Amino acid sequence: MSEIVDRPTPRRSGSFVTDPRFRALAVQTLTAMAIVWLFWLLIGNARQNLAAQNIATGFGFFSQTAGFGISQTLIPYAEGSTYARAFVVGLLNTLLVSGLGIIFATIIGFAVGIARLSSNALLARLGGAYVETLRNLPLLFQILFWYLAVLGTLPSPRNSTPALGVVYFTNRGILMPRLDFGPGSGLVGWALIAGLIIAVGFYLRASRRRKEGVAVPWRRYALLAVIALPAITFFAAGMPVAIDLPELKGFNFVGGLRVNPEFLALLFALSTYTAAFIAEIVRAGFLAVPRGQWEAANSLGLSRRRTLRLIVAPQSMRLIVPPLTSQYLNLTKNSSLAAAIGYPDFFYVFAGTTLNQTGQAIEIIAVTMAVYLLISLITSFFMNWYNRAVALKGG
Amino acid sequence: MKRVLCALFILAGAGGAANAAVLDQVKQKGFVQCGVTQGLPGFSSPDDKGNWTGLDVDLCRALAAAIFDDPTKVRYTPLTAKDRFTALQSGEIDVLSRNTTWTSSRDTSLGLNFTGINYYDGQGFLVRKDKKVASALELSGASVCTQSGTTTELNVADFFRSRNMKYEIVSFTTADETIKAYEAGRCDAFTSDVSQLYSMRLKLANTADHIVLPEVISKEPLGPLVRHGDDQWFDVVKWTLFAMLNAEELNVSQKTLDEQLKSANPEIKRLLGTEGNFGEQLGLSKDWVTRIVKHVGNYGESFDRNVGTGSQLGIERGLNRLWTKGGLHYAPPIR
Repeated sequence: MSEIVDRPTPRRSGSFVTDPRFRALAVQTLTAMAIVWLFWLLIGNARQNLAAQNIATGFGFFSQTAGFGISQTLIPYAEGSTYARAFVVGLLNTLLVSGLGIIFATIIGFAVGIARLSSNALLARLGGAYVETLRNLPLLFQILFWYLAVLGTLPSPRNSTPALGVVYFTNRGILMPRLDFGPGSGLVGWALIAGLIIAVGFYLRASRRRKEGVAVPWRRYALLAVIALPAITFFAAGMPVAIDLPELKGFNFVGGLRVNPEFLALLFALSTYTAAFIAEIVRAGFLAVPRGQWEAANSLGLSRRRTLRLIVAPQSMRLIVPPLTSQYLNLTKNSSLAAAIGYPDFFYVFAGTTLNQTGQAIEIIAVTMAVYLLISLITSFFMNWYNRAVALKGG
Repeated sequence: MKRVLCALFILAGAGGAANAAVLDQVKQKGFVQCGVTQGLPGFSSPDDKGNWTGLDVDLCRALAAAIFDDPTKVRYTPLTAKDRFTALQSGEIDVLSRNTTWTSSRDTSLGLNFTGINYYDGQGFLVRKDKKVASALELSGASVCTQSGTTTELNVADFFRSRNMKYEIVSFTTADETIKAYEAGRCDAFTSDVSQLYSMRLKLANTADHIVLPEVISKEPLGPLVRHGDDQWFDVVKWTLFAMLNAEELNVSQKTLDEQLKSANPEIKRLLGTEGNFGEQLGLSKDWVTRIVKHVGNYGESFDRNVGTGSQLGIERGLNRLWTKGGLHYAPPIR
């Protein structure tokens, strides 16, 4: 992008006040001061009114006991925990569903986008149908569809029969065996990391040898390292990792890992909905790469898949990444629709339940806006960094 | 630039909130703005023509009757549990009559005042008959549906925590979503105020398949609220409820009103305004109670019509009887 050339304003012989540079500076400073004064006035006005009506103000409520339960918590949380802890729990839930949603949406979106470009007519049409359906139905409707029509029709815990003997699909959630990490399992974790490092080492060595023209079968050595090392440590430490199976006791299942239906419904809806948009962005990016590139690659004898991977995809990424960032931000903000099905995300726990219990609407809404803004800014920061990394060098 | 300055001055001037007396404002407006639920049969729900009925609605209608001699001079604002308090704090409504539980934190830190208790309630559980549960103490390990942001949520947490029973909380924003989730089988029990359980049970497909468990796990005194700072309006709302209770105590009802107007009983004379000027002390007319009873009835009639044996809910008076019959309703005398 060319820079806008800044011509210096000429100095005029005359009084200070008529000097255009001084006047520009003065007006800008005054405007900035006016804006600051306006905010100070608004905040002061709000605080004065709240005090006059004896409504509690301030952020002291964060250290009060929350008193309510949350159905999905990634960190330990009890009803006696503070609102601050509930805040963190809600935030982690939002980040979890947004993060996984972004990953799945990207995978599905790229797949569907490339499918639409395929020369296979059926695949192209299926991709088209997917995009047109999911783009045009409201997201809230899709969330409710997944929750009520798909996950809600699963059998109740007392009536469910397990798939593979250990995985239960119920309308209270999906239950599967959980790994119970006993003492000594830390060693197995370290062994796994060591195995991965060795595998990466094999890959680097193989790529270096490939440049010299020698093909090295690095994959089998890498796999061996990743599996053998942790396995040996596992048995040497006395099998510290146990499997916790879900069992039906009374009303619900006890033990095992339970994935909430609210979480799944939100994840599926967000992923499939955003994937439809991402598919179109990907398709646009690929179509924007000049036809000449395809023909040149063809004349070099590259297969269609190789062309896509080595020539076209890197060039299309420049066009795909900025709108992709917008879709990621949309997904993060759309996750606040969790309130419709009761998934305890940040908006629901903090700007919903906490706001209701404490009544301090102004502080809570301001903090909620700040948190979403922060999440969005961090996401777009990373995406812009990635965009610069894949940009064509030299403008 | 001029417009910006103008806006700044307006904002600065808006610092002084409209502190005019609410009763005067209501008389000037010509109607009472009443905050209610979005549809809770028995307490506040609209019929298919848009007419609101219910126990809480009757309180607002009594206010309008006392002020304007016309119970229809009320406008209803349906509110969720989340925005009910902000609506009252901001002045959007004049009175909140939305089966809200009277708690210390709500009475103090919100800038609002409870004017009285029009329904003594408690929290209970609703379960399906075929779960074969006879008591709430057998609900260990169950999933419980509740409405978020209410005292219900906190009470159920306390109940299970204090008895070391495990449970799964499933909460939703509105009562309708919660009952639908319960009906779909997402949870084993539905918890709310007992009056709400009876009311919500009517919305289920097979009312007879569900039972209300006998345990009442908390106190839920429900009553109307007004803003801090206006004692006259506070008194008007408070004494409207007391007037309805006193009327029932003195056997003044819509049926007996005409003959009671001719009564020689000094208490009834003071109540109906034949003697004394107690209505004017409140800022209303002398016959304010006569107006209330004529248009809305006394507390007993309102109760029977909306939630009692004369209605679909069929709730027994129980604690909501007058003190003379062993219940908790005791109104100070009008004299």
